[in-house]
Amino acid sequence: MCGIIGVIDRKRALMDGSSIRDALSLMNERGSGEGAGYAAYGIYPDYQDCYAIHVFFDNIVEPKSQLDHMLHKWGRIVHQEAIPTYEQEGLKRSHIPWRYFFKPYSDLMAGSSTPEDDVMKYIVMETNSNIQGALIFSSGKNMGVFKASGWPEDVANFYRIEDYKGYIWLAHNRYPTNTPGWWGGAHPFNLLDWAVVHNGEITSYGTNRRYVESNGYTCSMFTDTEVVAYLFDLLGRRHGLPEDIVVKALAPPFWDEIDNMPEKEQELNHAIRLTYGPALMNGPFAIVVATHEGIVGFTDRIKLRPLVIGENGNRLYISSEEAAIRVMDPEVQNIHMPRAGEPVIGRLNV
Amino acid sequence: MSLGSVPLKYKITIDREQCMHCMRCIDNCSYGVYHKEDDRIIIDSRKCTACHHCISMCPRDAISLQERPVDYRSHPLWTAEAREDIINQARTGKIILAGMGNAKPYPVIFDRLVLDACQVTNPSIDPLREPMELRTYLGKKPSKLEIDKKDNGDVELLTKLTPNLKLETPIMIGHMSYGAISLNAQLSLAKAVEKTGTFMGTGEGGLHEAIYPYQKNMIVQVASGRFGVDINYLERGAAIEIKIGQGAKPGIGGHLPGEKVCQDVSCTRMIPLGSDAISPAPHHDIYSIEDLAQLVRSLKEATEWKKPVFVKIAAVHNAAAIAAGIARSSADAVVIDGFRGGSGATPKVFRDNVGIPIEAAVASVDQKLKDQGIRNKISVIASGGIRNSADIAKSIALGADAVYIGTGALIAMGCRVCGQCYRGMCPWGIATQRPDLVERLDPEAESEHVANLIRSWTLELSELMGAAGINSIESLRSNRSRLRGYMLDEGTLDVLQVKPVGA
Ligand code: SF4
Ligand code: SF4
Repeated sequence: MCGIIGVIDRKRALMDGSSIRDALSLMNERGSGEGAGYAAYGIYPDYQDCYAIHVFFDNIVEPKSQLDHMLHKWGRIVHQEAIPTYEQEGLKRSHIPWRYFFKPYSDLMAGSSTPEDDVMKYIVMETNSNIQGALIFSSGKNMGVFKASGWPEDVANFYRIEDYKGYIWLAHNRYPTNTPGWWGGAHPFNLLDWAVVHNGEITSYGTNRRYVESNGYTCSMFTDTEVVAYLFDLLGRRHGLPEDIVVKALAPPFWDEIDNMPEKEQELNHAIRLTYGPALMNGPFAIVVATHEGIVGFTDRIKLRPLVIGENGNRLYISSEEAAIRVMDPEVQNIHMPRAGEPVIGRLNV
Repeated sequence: MSLGSVPLKYKITIDREQCMHCMRCIDNCSYGVYHKEDDRIIIDSRKCTACHHCISMCPRDAISLQERPVDYRSHPLWTAEAREDIINQARTGKIILAGMGNAKPYPVIFDRLVLDACQVTNPSIDPLREPMELRTYLGKKPSKLEIDKKDNGDVELLTKLTPNLKLETPIMIGHMSYGAISLNAQLSLAKAVEKTGTFMGTGEGGLHEAIYPYQKNMIVQVASGRFGVDINYLERGAAIEIKIGQGAKPGIGGHLPGEKVCQDVSCTRMIPLGSDAISPAPHHDIYSIEDLAQLVRSLKEATEWKKPVFVKIAAVHNAAAIAAGIARSSADAVVIDGFRGGSGATPKVFRDNVGIPIEAAVASVDQKLKDQGIRNKISVIASGGIRNSADIAKSIALGADAVYIGTGALIAMGCRVCGQCYRGMCPWGIATQRPDLVERLDPEAESEHVANLIRSWTLELSELMGAAGINSIESLRSNRSRLRGYMLDEGTLDVLQVKPVGA
């Protein structure tokens, strides 16, 4: 189960979070009140050069001082504050959501082509696996994830999501089966600029996890979606592959199809499958991934989970349900369903 | 005083009511259990090896075979086997030879691993209706792809892939040399791998002309004896395998007695007729991992870098470190042969006591390569004691890319695992060069049996994958979350990186 929805305005026009909240609530049949969350891009224009680090603290004494210490070592905290929240009757507060705006010292990661990102990735992995009581759940620039255990409206109202204005939004309504509902387990999952919402289960998790771990990622959230964010970071950022090629690695065509492709295409797809076999994802899934440049949605190779696309002018919508898109935009057009494994890409064109 | 003889192992009886005096049993037993005296069939059960040839050929089902009709005083430490071995060695002063795999009752880890299946949230996949991909490529893979995306959207692939071996199923047949097995046996296997789109190993015995038509499905072996190795041989193989060790006898070489080196074997091995073919324990040009890397490169150079080169080692406790070293050479795959691997002839003390189980070896190799971030640099092939499709699925989930089967393929051709292969009298025509026995094996019929075995295991493997919600073999590889350990100790679970049942 789970309901997902994503939207991009290709001209960067900002949308507040109220309509995506309503769209997500429409899919409450796909959730169980155990987790919901939102990701929005473009929400921190005042700090757009800083990494916006969102953290769940169990308390703001020991874990926070440990994290502060690490951040001081690796860079400069430009600003920090508790993320404003508003008590909701239906939502049990389990953590203290906090945010830092942070600039890493790039000279501390010698030999990297993206040193700032690598410092930030290191901090996320270290914190999540080694600092008890602190969980970094969002670490991109000019973007942020807001999530908790609860129904979509409660989570949205808890963070007062309508106060944020972004040009890309992702949202997720969770029906957990694998892991108990806990705040860290709610979607979106994030690393740096990558945010992921996912409906389904990844039966290749064991393989994918070992693959990302052997490439320096630590899986600490006990759930399969986490690896998707790391796979995109590894293939997209570190290997420099464009989104459509990343999707081809994660949900590749079948060998039969590859065998029938024209030579050049065949060679490319063959190389992708051989090289990225351990990144291939199996099982039922529909996924939407965002970065600051765009969104991409795709399903598993035999399409065991639904995914619907809609468009209106500069807006591209991707969701589990057509009805959810219509809640956001009653005028939406060009509703269609992508083929299994086919990436749907919405890129900024400003 | 004489030590006397040890009791017979098997007792053969003929139901005289049923017997129709066709005398087929006499013809069938190459060990001379039966002979004719006047009109009676006389039985010398002491010579019986339980190979079942007489039983399977008796038209009246008149023959029965019982194990050990004589008991010793029971003793938990001084088992009958321990005592008999001592008696035999006291008499001869020699090493005890044995054939086939490890015969000690070590617990089988495979049997304490259970596979997973999907329920509700992740639907199982029906292999009859959905595509299942078992195609496997063995060889080096790059750690990342370099591509160039043009403004018009065209994508140019900049990375050049090294040659890989393409298998339609992850099941291959391991190396059994001409000499150890008969030419008819090799031919049957060769036809079977051609039919099923996979590969087999030539063993260290060279490549007989009769096998040339199947050379595109052959992995040619280079062992320490270098028998049959020349450029023609290397070029004929689809891949080359350097044999360092073998699961049934880690740390020792091989010996084919001169009596078995007939004209054909002598030609194929390129050694004089009737001479002992001794492959020494070490390769005399390999005393370090650098030396091995050089041999890998030399073989690649000789074949213009067009063929994958594999390295086979026995599963021993530091197999993982060795495999990591091999991965850093130019080698394309490492074969790990577990301590249950078969053998034509080996000292019994090695077969039964040296090496470690393939399950643990594969898991630790996969883990080491993963920890060092080089798992993709090399393929891992598991062999030694793989008995069914579940063992294959479990091997792959523990980190193998593909498996070699040996004994299983022989059983498909009739072998009854009697363990007498080293005597060269195999009544099934498999482990023998005696023309009258070799003739018993029909390559056409037996190749179909072996092909059927590969096909059925492939089907079962795809069903197991489907049940686990996996439609591509890549996603089963190293997928430890699809395995659970049942009644395995914590230490073993830790090496396997598998959770216990219920967790
Ligand atoms: S050795 Fe084989 S053929 Fe001979 S009696 Fe025993 S079972 Fe029969
Ligand atoms: S190959 Fe022949 S001799 Fe060897 S175990 Fe099988 S039946 Fe016995």
